[in-house]
Amino acid sequence: MKLISDLGRYLLLMKEVFVKPDKVKTFFRQIIIEIQSLGIDSLGIVVIISVFVGAVVAIQTAYNIDSPLIPMTMVGFTARQSIILEFSPTMLSLVLAGKVGSRIASEIGTMRVTEQIDALEIMGINPANFLIQPKVFASVIINPVLIVFSIAFALFGGWLACVSTGIVTSNDYIVGLQSWFVPYTVSYALIKTAVFAFIIASVSGFQGYYTRGGALEVGSASTRAVVYSSILIITSNLILTQLLLA
Amino acid sequence: MIEARNINKSFGENHVLKDVCVKFHPGQTNLVIGQSGSGKTVLIKCLVGLHEIDSGEILYNDRVFSDMSFRKKKSIRKEIGMLFQGGALFDYMNVEQNVMFPLNMFSEDTLAERLKRVNFCLDRVNLPKANKLMPSELSGGMIKRVAIARAIALNPKYLFCDEPNSGLDPQTSNVIDNLISEITKEYKITTVVNTHDMNSVMEIGDSISFIYKGQLWWEGSKEEIMKTGNKEIDEFVFSSELTRKLKWT
Repeated sequence: MKLISDLGRYLLLMKEVFVKPDKVKTFFRQIIIEIQSLGIDSLGIVVIISVFVGAVVAIQTAYNIDSPLIPMTMVGFTARQSIILEFSPTMLSLVLAGKVGSRIASEIGTMRVTEQIDALEIMGINPANFLIQPKVFASVIINPVLIVFSIAFALFGGWLACVSTGIVTSNDYIVGLQSWFVPYTVSYALIKTAVFAFIIASVSGFQGYYTRGGALEVGSASTRAVVYSSILIITSNLILTQLLLA
Repeated sequence: MIEARNINKSFGENHVLKDVCVKFHPGQTNLVIGQSGSGKTVLIKCLVGLHEIDSGEILYNDRVFSDMSFRKKKSIRKEIGMLFQGGALFDYMNVEQNVMFPLNMFSEDTLAERLKRVNFCLDRVNLPKANKLMPSELSGGMIKRVAIARAIALNPKYLFCDEPNSGLDPQTSNVIDNLISEITKEYKITTVVNTHDMNSVMEIGDSISFIYKGQLWWEGSKEEIMKTGNKEIDEFVFSSELTRKLKWT
């Protein structure tokens, strides 16, 4: 019952969020600020995780190729496919759900419990629209860019691991990366990321917006934002994969 | 003038406001007093539309606010300023940006004109050099003063103050009280102040409404409240040793 009630409240909130902003100029300024705080500030963690996971994927693939009939170029090929299709869009989105989702929920939740949202409402501003819409737009714009960086750095991490450990030559790895490349896989990754970005920003905004109480409830809202966003990312990943790749 | 006609508000089984009828007059500091939990904050939140009332009517100069759509309420809300208990300043904006915020959203003035207005409002609340400070760098009294500056930035017709003295020392409380009273008279604003501070009552109360267990129990002036003879009011007014002593002198 609570699930249905929450879904209804979420949809009603989204109806309030996606209306024409009170002041378009302020809205675009807010989007730029959010791109900075939700996207650019996450670049560091995206790069670090991507380089190391890319390296691990390449090493594990190389050690699992036993047969001499399988060329070592398969390492680059397999690393590229798993990074573009799954690791960067899905795993990185889960990481961003933790980092960005908790930030959105705690920021909006704190504004709620300190009456800042009430202050906006008294001024005649639609607080849901003013606070959540720029975050959703910013996430949908910047997360695919982050994922492109993630793909690039993960592939670089794979190359670094191969070259530094000597398990695969640089040439084999790069030939593997270029083999049987289907550009659509990148589109698939970007579409998935945009959907996940929408889920992260809107679900976390919803959790923060309906926070009641004090610091403890802000913490709970933040946790719920991460948990619900992650579950929705995982389930929508399955649906999107079936829809886009089948 | 703001008028509440027979308003009722419940939260589940808890009937918080019971048939409250009250009028607040322009150019006066109208105080709503009562014990904690008596329904003062709920009343003020119903008046500004933060809570939907269950029944009754709320009128702003004969315009029925409680029946309006969100879009229509917006036009009245531009005439309202509100000082929240904790100030409710936006913590990611400095003082200048906080006061300029309503101007940015609703005024067509140039940046220079808006800045002039911000500086005027900050001067009015005696904070002429605080423009670049962040809310975290302000004291409790300064937060309240910046919140007042933000509330008056758009020249409101109605000003609501929810416990403006909470958490402040008596001296700073007086400063805030007098500021609210001066602004009310200067700009002929209809001001509603929600408080349980008897000092405020004696200092600035032009008209007083006493709320008891969700009902409007008594209305009158600060002179009359000292000699009502009503048990509930006396318990509230003369609850401290000091006020009891004052009563007998």
